[in-house]
Amino acid sequence: MSDLDQLTPTSDERIKEFSKLRKALIRPELGGIVGTVAVFTFFLLFAYDSGMFNSQGIMNWSIVSAQFVIIAVGACLLMIAGEFDLSVGSMIGFAGMMIAIFSVTLEWPVWLAILMTFVMCISIGALNGFIVIRTGLPSFIVTLAFLFILRGLTIFLPQVIVRKTIIGGVKDVAEGDWLAVIFDGKILTGLFSWLGEEGLIATFERGTRAGQPVVSGIPMLIVWAIVLMFLGHFLLTRTQFGNWIFASGGDAEAARNSGVPVNKVKILMFMFTAFCATVFATCQVMEFGSAGADRGLLKEFEAIIAVVIGGALLTGGYGSVIGAALGALIFGVVQQGLFFANVESSLFRVFLGVILLFAVILNTYIRRIITGEK
Amino acid sequence: MNQEERPIIQMKNIEKHFGSVIALSGVSIDVFSGECHCLLGDNGAGKSTFIKTMSGVYKPTHGEILFEGRPMHFSNPRNAIEAGIATVHQHLAMIPLMSVSRNFFMGNEPVKKIGPLRLFDHEYANRVTMEEMSKMGIKLRSPEQAVGTLSGGERQTVAIARAVYFGAKLLILDEPTSALGVRQTANVLMTIDKVRKQGVAVVFITHNVLHAFPVGDQFTLLNRGHSMGTFRKNEIEQDSLQTMMAGGEEIQDLEAAIREGE
Repeated sequence: MSDLDQLTPTSDERIKEFSKLRKALIRPELGGIVGTVAVFTFFLLFAYDSGMFNSQGIMNWSIVSAQFVIIAVGACLLMIAGEFDLSVGSMIGFAGMMIAIFSVTLEWPVWLAILMTFVMCISIGALNGFIVIRTGLPSFIVTLAFLFILRGLTIFLPQVIVRKTIIGGVKDVAEGDWLAVIFDGKILTGLFSWLGEEGLIATFERGTRAGQPVVSGIPMLIVWAIVLMFLGHFLLTRTQFGNWIFASGGDAEAARNSGVPVNKVKILMFMFTAFCATVFATCQVMEFGSAGADRGLLKEFEAIIAVVIGGALLTGGYGSVIGAALGALIFGVVQQGLFFANVESSLFRVFLGVILLFAVILNTYIRRIITGEK
Repeated sequence: MNQEERPIIQMKNIEKHFGSVIALSGVSIDVFSGECHCLLGDNGAGKSTFIKTMSGVYKPTHGEILFEGRPMHFSNPRNAIEAGIATVHQHLAMIPLMSVSRNFFMGNEPVKKIGPLRLFDHEYANRVTMEEMSKMGIKLRSPEQAVGTLSGGERQTVAIARAVYFGAKLLILDEPTSALGVRQTANVLMTIDKVRKQGVAVVFITHNVLHAFPVGDQFTLLNRGHSMGTFRKNEIEQDSLQTMMAGGEEIQDLEAAIREGE
């Protein structure tokens, strides 16, 4: 073997060392970070005096962003596992409606209504996953079917039961419910009253709540968003299961050959996406005190756009939960910021389309760098 | 060669029929630990069918397989892997977008348990990946670089190193050099040599005698489902192997035909 031993492989002199910039480019969060900085710079320059950055303004876009984060985390993990869920928006409408029907119309205790709804929706998520795995059909088609099935049921059920498409009165029945508080309560209220007393944030000047801060605490919706984001990020990057998520989406066949339980991973991710949609719906129903048949329209696409802005590849196997959360933040800040800056709100959709296109092009470029494709 | 008395795997008179097609008609080989057994043959010679029978994907229609002296009845490839038979396929079980260490441990992740949490032990995975790859003579920039950034030969080496690390006693390499350039091929052949010296039995499938000859200890030629014989390295010249390969005569015919045409 002497002739072979002389051929000791040295590092290939033709491969250029990656520059720092290129290395930074390979981080999936890059687009999200750049976008976030750009968006904040823009609004700080052009809408600073509009009230966008006082306590109410910050709370306003934070809540909208948090809503996007909740569904984006689910969509992100599912997309990295190689699948889509287009039924998220309909699931939000459906879950809200079921909570209202159970608690208001059927007069169940609210905690039971919420738990029951979670069980139903997560089962539907599992069914989505099961059908995708069993039939081998693209998840795009299977969940598109559920987009219509769930939306149809969300309109049909309240009409048959109460002859309306909106069911109100959830706030009254949820009063004092231990589980409802987890979706509707506020934390750090003490801190915010102190901030109000110190004059650091705005307080009510007249009326029964005079002296109290206008923003009385951090809503649970935002807590959910932050907790889900960190949990999702931890699961993906630090656990064994996270490696299986990447592998399932990167190449399901190769993953199976290496002993990764791909089917289980994918079905669990469909269930997690349904869980996130139900969290969103529960928070929304508790906040508004009602469920409407049109809630959650187009949310599935907004979630996917946030994930793509966050650097995930539509083809699966690559992405970042933190990136997706930044994508959701960009989304929320721009949507509300245009309002503060007095810009015609329809332009928001133009912005969305443009940024989506840029994100996908950037992601495709990054993918080429990583895989060395030409 | 630290050749043992008993072959690690004996394939005796293996026949495999697919309906009316006879893919293999009575092929026998013995593979020894620490040896590289080359399986040569043109496309359609039955090489793939033969190794799939060896790795538990197919059941032979007739014939017997003895693994470590015992008759082998694997119900699926998973059993074969557990017994220590690993196959590195032409199409690798590697995911280009994932890092080398994530790929190396895919499906066998090192786990640090904290309560019910099963954490991926990145530190351990990165360290082992670097060590195993440098044993094979590959210097990684970082264990976190994506497999996509590696060359074809390096990817083959990762796959081979992974199989050996996870306890393969018999390593089946399905055309590992067919899509590689000269230099990459040399690297893979060196990897095969290293693995063999660690005492692993290697079955190397190729249709290129030039690739087989430097690393092979035994050569079995297949042609249209038949074995044309097994030779030890000292029993045969590279040229005669080349001529015996299917295509050898045909290429001579072709040369003649071209000369006539001129």
